[in-house]
Amino acid sequence: MINQGQVVKVGIADMNIVKAPNTIRTSGLGSCVGVVLYDEKSKIAGLIHVMLPDSNLGRIENMNIAKFADTSIPVMIDQLKLEGIQPYKLRAKIAGGAQMFQFSSNKDSMRIGPRNVEAVKAYLKKYSIPIIAEDIGGNSGRTIEFDPITSLLNIRTVKQGVRDI
Amino acid sequence: MYDKNITSMHLDVLKEIGNIGAAHAATSLSTLLNKKIDMKVPKVEMVSFDDMMDLAGGPESVVAGIFLRIAGDVSGSMFFVLPVEQANRFIRRLIQDENFDFQTEGFSEIGASAMQELGNILSGSYLSALSDFTNLKIYPTVPSLCIDMVGAIISFGLVEVSHYSDYVIVIDTAINEEEVINEESVKGHFFLLPDPDSFKVIFQALGVS
Repeated sequence: MINQGQVVKVGIADMNIVKAPNTIRTSGLGSCVGVVLYDEKSKIAGLIHVMLPDSNLGRIENMNIAKFADTSIPVMIDQLKLEGIQPYKLRAKIAGGAQMFQFSSNKDSMRIGPRNVEAVKAYLKKYSIPIIAEDIGGNSGRTIEFDPITSLLNIRTVKQGVRDI
Repeated sequence: MYDKNITSMHLDVLKEIGNIGAAHAATSLSTLLNKKIDMKVPKVEMVSFDDMMDLAGGPESVVAGIFLRIAGDVSGSMFFVLPVEQANRFIRRLIQDENFDFQTEGFSEIGASAMQELGNILSGSYLSALSDFTNLKIYPTVPSLCIDMVGAIISFGLVEVSHYSDYVIVIDTAINEEEVINEESVKGHFFLLPDPDSFKVIFQALGVS
């Protein structure tokens, strides 16, 4: 079958939902984490480009909820519910959280990648969403694209080529 | 201070910073490579994070990125970003090895080291010019090098700002080699991203309130 879907792009600190045959993609994940929540049966998927672990780190009000792991995940679950997907059906695939630069300093802000991953995992656990596959850490940037038809997450890197998880 | 109350006068001051800093850095680069380097008029813009990636050539374009944090009276992040082809040309010239390529597996240590040193010298001249101009103490960290997608590299420098805002004030100066055809996408950039708290300090140091 020829996939005639369109690619929906998700920017940095952004989120969106697609239905098959459309696919959803976010480019240039470094320390950020791409979180895909999907339902295999209805072939609907949401993608969040998480930039920071916790909205308590934010210092102004009216922040973009898609930016943080703690605020974006519940909102995405609610939006998928509006599409008719019960939360217990949701599965997750995650990628990103790299450490792009090596520093001698152990300052917390320097290890933002691992902290993002920890936060995403903690919130997925809190909402009982199993993580089916992950490609996290390392020191490579990633571009990811999720196809709701196959439920595969395609990951492209500069140094390590392309793979599906 | 950050999102509001920034006037065109403030932007002009920041533009001058980009001008002075990058002019010194471009001179150093030109001396190092013994080659004419063109510098564009600096741009100071308040952009969304996605637009910031586009300034650097789109999130997926592969670049050699030098990143360092600055500390002292002002804090912030600084990037020196070169399209990987341009970085290759510079490094080939510096180490006199025509086969050097950042995109081959396990490229030579000396090339990486030369690139790091290039970043060190350029950011050093940028920041010392800035320090002289403003009379502020500015200490750079040791620069680190990364060859990867520009989105992955730059988003790291946005982490600090993203605590405060969904927009970033970027001081962007593009450079180019003279002989190379002036393609809009093939450009090196100096990006200076002062942390939100630092703008006040910079403006005060230059007598703009």
